[in-house]
Formats: sequence, C-alpha cells, structure tokens
Amino acid sequence: MTQTAVTQRSERAVRKAAPGEAPAPHRSGRRRIALPYLLLFPALVLELLVHLLPMLMGIGMSFKELTQFFIRDWSAAPWAGLDNYGVSIDFDAPVGQALLKSFLTTCLFTLASVALCWLLGTAAAVFLQENFRGRGILRTLFLVPYALPVYAAVITWSFMFQRDNGLINHVLHDQLGIGDSPLFWLIGDNSFWALLVVSVWKGWPFAFLTVMAGLQNIPRDMYEAAALDGAGVWKQVRHITLPSLRQVNQVLVLVLFLWTFNDFNTPFVLFGKAAPEAADLISLHIYQSSFQTWNFGTGSAMSVLLLLFLLLVTGVYLLLTTRGRKSSDA
Amino acid sequence: MRTIRAAVTGAVTLSLAFAATACGGGTTDGSGGSDSQPKTLTYWATNQGPSLEADKKVLLPELAKFEKRTGIKVKLEVIPWSDLLNRILTATTSGQGPDVLNIGNTWSASLQSTGALLPWDAKNFGAIGGKDRFVDSALGSTGAPGKDPAAVPLYSMAYALYYNKKMFADAGIAKPPTTWAEVDAAGRRLSKDGKWGIGVEGSNLSNNIHQVFVLGKQHGADFFTPDGKPDFTSDGAVAAVKQYVDLMAASKIVAPGNAEYAQNQSLADFAKNRTGMVLWQTPSQTFAAQGMKPEEWGVVPAPVPSGAPGQGAQTNSMVAGINISVFKNTRNLDGALRFVKFMTGDEEQILLNKTYGSVPPVKTAQADAAFGTASLAVIRDTLAQSASALPQVPEESQFETVVGTAVKELFADAAAGRPVTAESVRAKLDKAQQQMPKK
Repeated sequence: MTQTAVTQRSERAVRKAAPGEAPAPHRSGRRRIALPYLLLFPALVLELLVHLLPMLMGIGMSFKELTQFFIRDWSAAPWAGLDNYGVSIDFDAPVGQALLKSFLTTCLFTLASVALCWLLGTAAAVFLQENFRGRGILRTLFLVPYALPVYAAVITWSFMFQRDNGLINHVLHDQLGIGDSPLFWLIGDNSFWALLVVSVWKGWPFAFLTVMAGLQNIPRDMYEAAALDGAGVWKQVRHITLPSLRQVNQVLVLVLFLWTFNDFNTPFVLFGKAAPEAADLISLHIYQSSFQTWNFGTGSAMSVLLLLFLLLVTGVYLLLTTRGRKSSDA
Repeated sequence: MRTIRAAVTGAVTLSLAFAATACGGGTTDGSGGSDSQPKTLTYWATNQGPSLEADKKVLLPELAKFEKRTGIKVKLEVIPWSDLLNRILTATTSGQGPDVLNIGNTWSASLQSTGALLPWDAKNFGAIGGKDRFVDSALGSTGAPGKDPAAVPLYSMAYALYYNKKMFADAGIAKPPTTWAEVDAAGRRLSKDGKWGIGVEGSNLSNNIHQVFVLGKQHGADFFTPDGKPDFTSDGAVAAVKQYVDLMAASKIVAPGNAEYAQNQSLADFAKNRTGMVLWQTPSQTFAAQGMKPEEWGVVPAPVPSGAPGQGAQTNSMVAGINISVFKNTRNLDGALRFVKFMTGDEEQILLNKTYGSVPPVKTAQADAAFGTASLAVIRDTLAQSASALPQVPEESQFETVVGTAVKELFADAAAGRPVTAESVRAKLDKAQQQMPKK
C-alpha cells in the first residue's frame, strides 16, 4: 500500500469520525485489540500441531505398554497405568539407575557447557566492541561454527577425535608428547570431555551473537563518562556492561540451557546410537530406550519426566529473574 | 499489552521445553495391499557395495530391465545400514512405507511382529516359484518358527576367517588357523612392531552380536530360552562374551584402537598389512576398494574348538544375509510380487550375488559355476553345514542393541586397561537383560 493510499484512508476515517458520529472510533479500537491475536493465530495453530499434539500423544503413550507389537496402532496397546513411570524411577533396578546416571551426567554437562559458552561468548563480544583492524574478519570467523551444518561439523570432530588417526591425538600425543599412549576420546571416560568441547565449540557463537546485539544498546557515553571518572576496563565491564546485559543474559542462559539439556544431534553423530556411559546424555538415552530397544512406553514416560523437570527449572528460573527485575525496577 | 507480551513469552518458552517430548504416533489403514497404483513401485535397497552410489550403479540397470519386461517403474532408494531400521520403523508407524524393501535377515522376526510386512503364505510363495527354490538355512532367517515367513532370502552370507598372506609369511606361520587356540598362537606371533593379530569392530553393535552369538553356540548358550525369553547371563553366554573381549583384554592380539571401530576400519587395517586376520562376511569388494588384490588374502572357515566345523559346539557362523520383503499396505501387490519374483529369479540371483560377492539363497542359482571359487565355496559350505540362524524371536533387534552395547562397553574397558572378568561381563549382560521389553 502506498503512502498516498494510507493518507486517503486516514482522511476518510477522520471524516467518518466527525463530531456526533461516535461508533467509528469504537470499531477501530476493537480491531486494534483483535489484531495481535489474529497475528498470533497462525503461530498458535502451528504450535498446537507441532508441539502440543505430539506432546499430548507422548503423554498418552507413557501410560501404555507400547512395544513393537502395537506400533502400527499404538492406541490399541494395553493400559500400563503408572508402570512405565515406576520402571523409570526405580533407582535400584538397572533401567532407573541408568536413567538417573544419564540425568546427572546431563546436568553436569549442561552446567559446564552453558557456563563456558556464556563466558567465551561474552568475552569475545566485549573484546570485539572496540574498533580495530581485522574486527570484521574476526566477527565472521567466530560465527563459522554457528553457520556450519551440525551433522557435517560434528562428524568432522568425530574424525579428529579418533584415537589412532585423529588430529587431536596427533597434536597432543605425537607433537606435544602428552600421555604415555594416545588417549581414547570416543569411548571411555574421556568421551565426556570430547562431547563438551564439541558442544561449546558449537554453542558459544550464539552467545557471542546475542551478547554482541545486547552491547549495541548500551550508550557509548556511559563508558566515556566512566572512563573520565577513572574506571578501567574491568570496572566498566562489571558496572556498566554486565548490569546492562542482564535481561539479554537471562534469555540467553535459559535458551542455552534448554538447547544443551535437550541436545540430541551432537552425541548421536559423535558416538552413534550407543553413547559411552560417561557421555550418555539423557536425550540419546531416551532415544535408545524408545527406538533401539523399542520400549516406546517407557521412553515416553522418561520424556514426560524430563519435560516436567524442564518446566520446573524454567518456571523457577523465570520466577526468580522476573522477581529480581521487578525489585530492581522498583 | 503486558498480557500479550506474557502470552508470547509463555508460548515460546513452552515450545522450547516441549521439544523434549517430540514423541510421535500413528495409525494404520489396516489394508492388506491392493493394486491401485499398478504402474509404479518404490524399493528400499540395503547398502551392499562400497557406497550408496555403487549400489545404484548395480541396481538401476536391473530395474530398467524389470520396467522393460513389465511396464512397472521402480523408484529406488539405497538406504545406509545405520538408518535402515529407523526408517522401517517410521514407515511402519505412519503406514507410509515403500512397496518392497530389503531387510537384514536377523531382523525378520522383529519386523514380523510389528505386522507391517506381508506374510509369505503358500499363495504368495507360489507367485514367485515356490518355497522349495530356496536353501533351507536361508529360510531359517525369514521369521519366527511356525509362522508364515515375513521375508524371502535374497543374498546369503556367512562368516569366515580371512588372513593376510604376506603377514603370515613374514611371521613364519605355515598354515591358517582352524581352532581358537591356533588363532591365539598365530595372533601372538603377528602382534609386534605396530602390527596386530586380528581385527574387531568393537563399537559395531550388530557385528558384536554376530560374533558372540557364534561363540555362545560353541559354549552351549543361545541367549534366549526355548520359549523366547532373554537369557543373557547363563554361564555359556558369559563365557562367550568374555572369550571375544579377551582377544583384546587377555591375549592382546587385537589393537586397543579397535574398541572404537564401527565403520569397517578393521578391513582397511587388514588391507594395509596392519592386521593379520579378520572374521568377516564376504569382504572381497571392500578389500578391492582398499587396493588389495585377491591373491594377497586367503580364506578358511571361521575357527571352532575342534577345528572341524559342524553343528552345535562346532557352529562357526550365523546365517548372515539380506531378505526381501513386501510392505503389507502396498498399493501394488501384484507388481510387488512380480518384482520379488524378478529379484529372486535365477538370472538376477547369479548376476547380483556375483557382483556383491555373496552366495545365492536360490538352489538353482547357487549351482552356477560363478559360485564355485575357493573363497565362495567356504561360505557356501559354512551356510550348508555349520551356520546357525540368530534367534528368530520378536526381540532380536533389541537383543542386538543391548548386548551389542554391553560388548562395546567391555571393549572400552579392555582398551583402557581395566580388567575384564567373568563378574564384570555378567554384570553388563544382566544390565542388558533388564533393558529388554517385558513380555
């Protein structure tokens, strides 16, 4: 629509809304109230189809004894009640023990990965705030991991982590002489560190990008005033940058947490269908319970438990951060 | 405005959290096949050659031949092994599968239990020339006993011991081993100066199962009771798994790095004179792709305790191979049956099995001179005399996953220098058994 057309329509609206002709502004007001809901409607429909419906079906499956015998028509599977949940949280039996171990591994992994992603991303964004020669190239390079297809990137890492022919051991063992013999990265205990390296490599550019966007909103004169008052770089970061980035960081940490906790692609491509025990993240663990051992009912129950945990964490996090914001606003 | 912002924030947050439970489901139309689309078929082929492209090059001319004869166009998709079971499972759930598909023959009973595959009753077998055309051992891996098979044998394979002639000559080993004691002795002589006795694929779950199943037979264990219940912790099963892992842990004739092998790297090591022996099924194409000439390797039957392969404790291979199945809700049942008849006909059987280095499961095709070479004779004799089918139970696929994973973890222990004892083996197998679906 051209500017002229908009102007003409506005003029007509003004003419219709002449004194004594009250209904017109009321109609326009109703439209204005309805507009956001209309705009949200397509997203809500998609949300229903893509997330809510499968989630409800998943919850339904978790109460069924669903194995391959009923996969063609899961609604015909026998009712299992809370049996699948019982098996999942029976920490004295192997299934529950394995789930608990996988959950704790995932918690540790997520904390480490999110912390490192945030630290690296923030440090790089602050570093690149100053204008210097080569800044553009560095910005582009830093975003490369984020731009690469996950599968291609992680499979390359899996080649590099191979014990006998991989680049990592070539550098660490052959060139730097670390260790008596080359280390295993894709099996055994070191697999946790291999997974963490790949996860951080893949995740920190998002933190970098988000923090960099947040930094654009901090007025430069605040830094100039602080510098005039004798504040050094660290004081500026501590007293201006971090407080100003608080809301950005709240969203960033939440998103990184949810992505990392649910990350399936990285361990699946790095280790295959059966991850080593040390790197058995819960998403892959649930996948194996569902799609490798065909215990779809138990797998669904595990998914629901995971969902409840994530909702709880998200809720508490939002509550705490919102309360903190309100009190600081006041 | 505040309400709307809260709603949007809530929706986005929920969508992120709900991503954790992306469980799907499906229904079936319950159809038993029709001929509503008589001019087309879709076919999922397994990866048999060195690459997916190589398979397409082999199969496309044959499919063109079929189209010329019948007027039915076959759309081909070659599916990597790593994806195949999940793809079949997805197709089963959604009811949107191919018309005809290849399956690993060890999955026959598992996939049969989903009810998605066409049962091969007398009428259907009659449409492809009858059940009697196929070798008995191959038919043993087409579904649960007492039920109509869920598949038809297409390519047959068996395990044999391949040895590197140059490495054997350099180590002064006069003849290839036929018993496990001889494998151990030869392996110790070969394992020096960065070279190793025998290669394994410690992170390949299916391969692990194939090997421990055969060793289980030699120790009198089956991994399942006669009524089909998991029995992973019997003394024989523990001894079998321990014997296999001990090749690395105790005998130290396997390179520790093999614990993370899952992509046929052991075949590359063999072809590059780094490993003296491999237990494999029909690897000639892969050896050739790695630059190894046929005269550089030899083949003998896989080892058994006494040196004379046979039944029971002298079993030296599982019945390996590929089957061809028809999806029950195909929209071209007649065309699908004609296609299976074409693929299992003598002409195609000889051509395809010759190309892939496997043995035809069709008796008349197997008699062709092309399959009388020394290396294929070993496979043929093994299949006929000393190979056993993996347990044809619905839970076979899960067995591959959980016990294959247990063996993988034990290899990881062995590679790290941690002790592998009967107790640690039993504990892993017990954990695996607990993960099996409850009946």
